[in-house]
Amino acid sequence: MGAQLAAVIGTGQTNHTAKRQDVSMAGLCREAIDRAMADAGTDWSDIDAVVLGKAPDLFEGVMMPELFLADALGATGKPLLRVHTAGSVGGSTGNVAASLVQSGVHRRVLAVAFEKQSESNAMWALSIMPPFHMPVGAGAGGYFAPHVRSYIRRSGAPNHIGAIVAAKDRRNGALNPYAHLKQPDITVESVQASPMLWDPIRYDETCPSSDGAAAVVIADEQTAKGRPAAWIHATAMRTEPTTFAGRDQVSPQAGKDAAAALWKQAGIKDPVSEVDVAEIYVPFSWFEPMWLENLGFTEEGQGWKFTEAGETAIGGRLPVNPSGGVLSSNPIGASGLLRYAEAAMQVLGRAGEHQVDGARVAVGHAYGGGSQYFSLWVVGSERPGAR
Amino acid sequence: MVTISSEPLSAPLNVGFDYTRSLGPVLGRFATGLRGHTIAGVRGSDGRVLVPPAEYDPVTAEKLTEFVDVGTEGVVQTWSWNAQPLDGQPLSHAFAWALVKLDGADTGLLHAVDAGSPDKMSTGMRVRVRWAAEPVGSIRDIECFEPLDAEPVERQPVVGDDVTMLTTPIHLRYDHTASPEESRYLRGLAEGKLLGQRCPACDKVYIPPRGSCPTDGVPTEDEVELPDHGVVTTFCVVNVPFLGQRIKPPYVAAYILLDGADIPFLHLVLGCDAAEVRMGMRVRAQWRPRDQWGTTLENIDHFEPSGEPDAPYESYAQHL
Amino acid sequence: MSEVAVVGFAQAPNVRRTPGTTNGVEMLVPVFHRLFAETGLSKQDIGFWCSGSSDYLAGRAFSFIAAVDAIGAFPPIMESHVEMDAAWALYEAWVKIRTGEAETALVYGFGKSSAGELRRIMAMQMDPYLVTPLWPDSVGVAGLQARLGIEQGLWTEADMAEVAAASRRAALSNPDAQLSGETTAEELLKQPYLADPLRAHDCAPITDGAAAIILASGDKARELSERPAWITGFEHRVDTPMLGARDLTTSPSTIAAAKAAGVDGVQVAELHAPFTHQDILLRQALGLGEEVRVNPSGGVLAGHPMFAAGLIRIGAAAAEIRAGRADKALAHATSGPLLQQNLVCVLEGR
Repeated sequence: MGAQLAAVIGTGQTNHTAKRQDVSMAGLCREAIDRAMADAGTDWSDIDAVVLGKAPDLFEGVMMPELFLADALGATGKPLLRVHTAGSVGGSTGNVAASLVQSGVHRRVLAVAFEKQSESNAMWALSIMPPFHMPVGAGAGGYFAPHVRSYIRRSGAPNHIGAIVAAKDRRNGALNPYAHLKQPDITVESVQASPMLWDPIRYDETCPSSDGAAAVVIADEQTAKGRPAAWIHATAMRTEPTTFAGRDQVSPQAGKDAAAALWKQAGIKDPVSEVDVAEIYVPFSWFEPMWLENLGFTEEGQGWKFTEAGETAIGGRLPVNPSGGVLSSNPIGASGLLRYAEAAMQVLGRAGEHQVDGARVAVGHAYGGGSQYFSLWVVGSERPGAR
Repeated sequence: MVTISSEPLSAPLNVGFDYTRSLGPVLGRFATGLRGHTIAGVRGSDGRVLVPPAEYDPVTAEKLTEFVDVGTEGVVQTWSWNAQPLDGQPLSHAFAWALVKLDGADTGLLHAVDAGSPDKMSTGMRVRVRWAAEPVGSIRDIECFEPLDAEPVERQPVVGDDVTMLTTPIHLRYDHTASPEESRYLRGLAEGKLLGQRCPACDKVYIPPRGSCPTDGVPTEDEVELPDHGVVTTFCVVNVPFLGQRIKPPYVAAYILLDGADIPFLHLVLGCDAAEVRMGMRVRAQWRPRDQWGTTLENIDHFEPSGEPDAPYESYAQHL
Repeated sequence: MSEVAVVGFAQAPNVRRTPGTTNGVEMLVPVFHRLFAETGLSKQDIGFWCSGSSDYLAGRAFSFIAAVDAIGAFPPIMESHVEMDAAWALYEAWVKIRTGEAETALVYGFGKSSAGELRRIMAMQMDPYLVTPLWPDSVGVAGLQARLGIEQGLWTEADMAEVAAASRRAALSNPDAQLSGETTAEELLKQPYLADPLRAHDCAPITDGAAAIILASGDKARELSERPAWITGFEHRVDTPMLGARDLTTSPSTIAAAKAAGVDGVQVAELHAPFTHQDILLRQALGLGEEVRVNPSGGVLAGHPMFAAGLIRIGAAAAEIRAGRADKALAHATSGPLLQQNLVCVLEGR
């Protein structure tokens, strides 16, 4: 028994930007889907099922938008699932789609995730305060900034680490034709000179609000063999409650457990030397060192040193977010699937100017809620066990 | 007003936003047409003329591009009577919902028919568009349909740049209810008390108390009255203004761990320069005047430094 | 490939309004406790968790997150969530077990339909450009479908009333039902129209509720239950959202799902039909004959907790198998306007 093999045979994404006012939600999704289908060389008759991921319905003001999008998603007459696991949803969408193939239920599955943030205002949607509560909340930045401060205190990291990450990711974004923000000339100093939004998080250390979509085609072994494929070596998902007494909000146990399960399933003993590239969900720059530690790429308290040494830049020991990451494009519901797709693109050798030379094993990561939902996958250019 | 009762507290929660929708080429063409008093359909892969137009074919999923203008009169395929219209519906008096197949179309368009009474409605009856007084490029440029024997209303089309955006106001009303445990805590606040509860399984003190201890899955039980002072575990300074914000920035949003509690909550820290707020700072609640108290944590206007020495890092490190 | 069975099912009482929160915790905690007591399992024994719920039902983003508190989810759990009826969460869990990554799964759904204006909220499921701006309420839209069938001779208002009466009679033996009683079609037809051609009895009530099911694979299922309800077919499909472009008098997606799932020979069926005419429509689409017992629980006309109701159909059908009252049962769940999306789960006893 055990899971059957599955592989990504095609990826697609939109040109992400603040307001894609040239398309409807359907058109936005189809831009990514059509590119993924072309990349995979598949047509609609090859697709057995569709999985759609998206963050809260309040962002677009549509209850379960997959229903009205069924025709645009090519799902009519087929099975259609809608996943929602907060900000990690893009990753979960990839995992659920993979499980449909790994379970032997389907042979080829289309996973799609999107967010059209310009339909409303995410700060508003995330700060709706129910009665009786103290209205202190200030969107995702306000939520995460105190925990970033805790990380800095706990690790003793110097203040400029966040700026190093931001400058690196934005420069990487300039190499990615789909990225929302392309800032080839950004520097650590210019990031540090940008306004402080949610102290200790500065403007340039913050993800943009983007419209965008991502799509991947996941296929079974029979379909994938003999063609370029990013083989899925492992997937993992873990959840813990938003708040509880004694909760570690800097390095949540759910993230550690998810990573441990992932490495075990992938047969990876030393992640930092066995993984060639990582696409990690970093919506605020400081989360790079935080997740490096949480995922086990470095010891606790050492993530910032790895970042400071330039090891996460393209050409470093573990390039992180060569695509520019969430700091360069953040269509919220799609951001996780973009991490997954970019990981697949790397091992397929299709990442263009932001390709990491010789990438054979890549990680895609997403998290959501109050750092409580984690989704991960490892993809490789070889079949699992072939390394 | 505080009602003295053991019923859980509830209060209205209004969720409203005017969504700004970009239409893309197909829906944009339909919207532009409506504003000019024409109705565009699109031909599907099976040859049917779909009205309203579909961006992607319901059979093949292919992008559809062949537009076909259809008539502004049509036939009722089916209907139901809406005796008591709800907010936002096309008419505020009783009307029929109907699927109307316009002349030249092969599919029914969902809209209202202003027939006056259900006995004026029948499947197969012919109806025509009554245009809205002020068309903007929306399905609501069709005010409704009306029977052919109705007195026609003269309405002017609007010609202008292509319609590319649609604003859709969505305003929903909810009744938000607090849990029984939280209600007890909120009623305590109305009396100036901070009432936490201890989980019977893990012995941790939660404030607010919980309908289910997040680690044990059982309600918190034993009441523990907590003092109104504690320590700032961590915080941020909110400098950014945003839609819906109820406190003027800049302000310090801090996690406050009350003495005796095992979990911090978010609140404001004032009474000193934001730059002076630090992890481990001891703070004390500043309550609003008693006549302003309600069942809310807002009874505490803010926390401010108590002047005591800072708590050592180790004393709160496990609460970060 | 793992065989997977339902080994436990519990639901909260179906009620018009709970005083509880929209995150369902107060309804879910006792449901979980009952399930664990019934199966002898504890939360640590659950390999995978999956839930179904809706933010728009609760009126706030991420409303499902607080529901996780009901689990006591620390140490962390393997968990997922669908923004759909929890019947689809059960589908995701069934897939997960078949990958071999989990041996057991607990699936739950919850909804406090009374928190908002349900008829307006459901308009949010329509096309946001072309339909929702008209705020078509769910009852009015259902009336369009009902009349089509009446005028095509597929059912009558009397047939519809008989469905309602049968539901209430069946619900007399369902302690969790919201509506039950002895009544006749004749009595019901004396009531005025709510949305001509629909009367109040034609529409599922507004219901708050929650439910959960435990799934287990192979030997684990045999260990946990004397007579597990084995899932032998599990399929779902979706139809076009364009109401005017599909044949509303039948349900292509139900037919396709049933064909793929293999429903021949079912002895009992639990159908998720929020309106009486849809009960008849579904029987016709599924080809259920007189010999098939339909909705022994009373179905959703006796209580319709949104986002749990489909899961409850599977639980109720599994209960028929597990009690030995049937060897093969069909459960159906629906989602979206006018039966847009449909799921069929076939359960068998051995």
